[in-house]
Amino acid sequence: MATDLINLVEATQYRDDIPEFESGDTVNVHVRVIEGEKQRIQQYQGVVIAFKGSGSRRTFTVRKVSNGVGVERIFPVHSPRLAKIEVIRRGQVRRAKLYYLRDRKGKAARIQERRR
Amino acid sequence: MSIGIIGKKIGMTSVFTEDGRQLSCTVVEVRPNVVTQVKTDETDGYSSVQLGAGERKVKHTTKAMKGHFEAAGVSPKIVLREFSPPNPDVSAGDEVKLSDLFKEGELIDVSGTSKGKGFQGVVKRHGFAGVNDATHGQHNRQRAPGSIGASSWPSRVFKGMRMGGRTGGDRVTVKNLTVIQVLPDQNLILIGGAVPGPKNGTVELRKKK
Repeated sequence: MATDLINLVEATQYRDDIPEFESGDTVNVHVRVIEGEKQRIQQYQGVVIAFKGSGSRRTFTVRKVSNGVGVERIFPVHSPRLAKIEVIRRGQVRRAKLYYLRDRKGKAARIQERRR
Repeated sequence: MSIGIIGKKIGMTSVFTEDGRQLSCTVVEVRPNVVTQVKTDETDGYSSVQLGAGERKVKHTTKAMKGHFEAAGVSPKIVLREFSPPNPDVSAGDEVKLSDLFKEGELIDVSGTSKGKGFQGVVKRHGFAGVNDATHGQHNRQRAPGSIGASSWPSRVFKGMRMGGRTGGDRVTVKNLTVIQVLPDQNLILIGGAVPGPKNGTVELRKKK
């Protein structure tokens, strides 16, 4: 009963325009950045290495290597600040959390493309 | 109308604002309450409105309480709480609704009984910092209370010295919480931040003093 009511509240928060993607996929996230009065869109491309949480609080972590430095950003899946999520490449991985990528670089950090 | 209402804590979640911020909030279910008694200075020595919420089975109601509910002309309730000062226009048997009382953006005070935590040490119970370092020969001291007083004078420990003991289960009021959303059809209210007590616990929502 109690979870029903929580689900009821969370149902109002869901976005229905989010494409399906999984850990291991490469995505390009278009983030709305608000700078004072102005608003612009910033793109952030990388590999999805984890999903966390459930319902409207679900988040995903995107990792990329920028100028030799590993960068990870966590986005709420249903955030209105995400203008668009493009799935660039589907990855073939064997686990849900790809934290092992943090210890690897270069060739070792590659992910095989998933075949349909 | 009264200045407050009785609700049931459902749990926590988060909602997004229009500009994309994610706010944590507590979901509280507030079914319509009824006025079970109006206390006045003349009859009771103080004035308040007693509200009841939740249906109690008649077979679980004592005779004394049956009489109390009959006097108000309402069915037996599980929870009774008083709210003061009352508005002058209330009378027993009136229904109090959530949507009449609170609107979005309003500040409210929320009272409830905090979760019981059992016997806890001074660090959790009183926010002590513990004693000293982890290293330099220290042992068993990190959550210790330290000195509790001097020696030959006063040769005793002062009353009220803060020590370990039963923690939680106290009445706690959190003030100035924002009403994020009111959903009258579902009898729900979303309150920004945390609210005292466990899930399914009774909470009192009051207008900000």
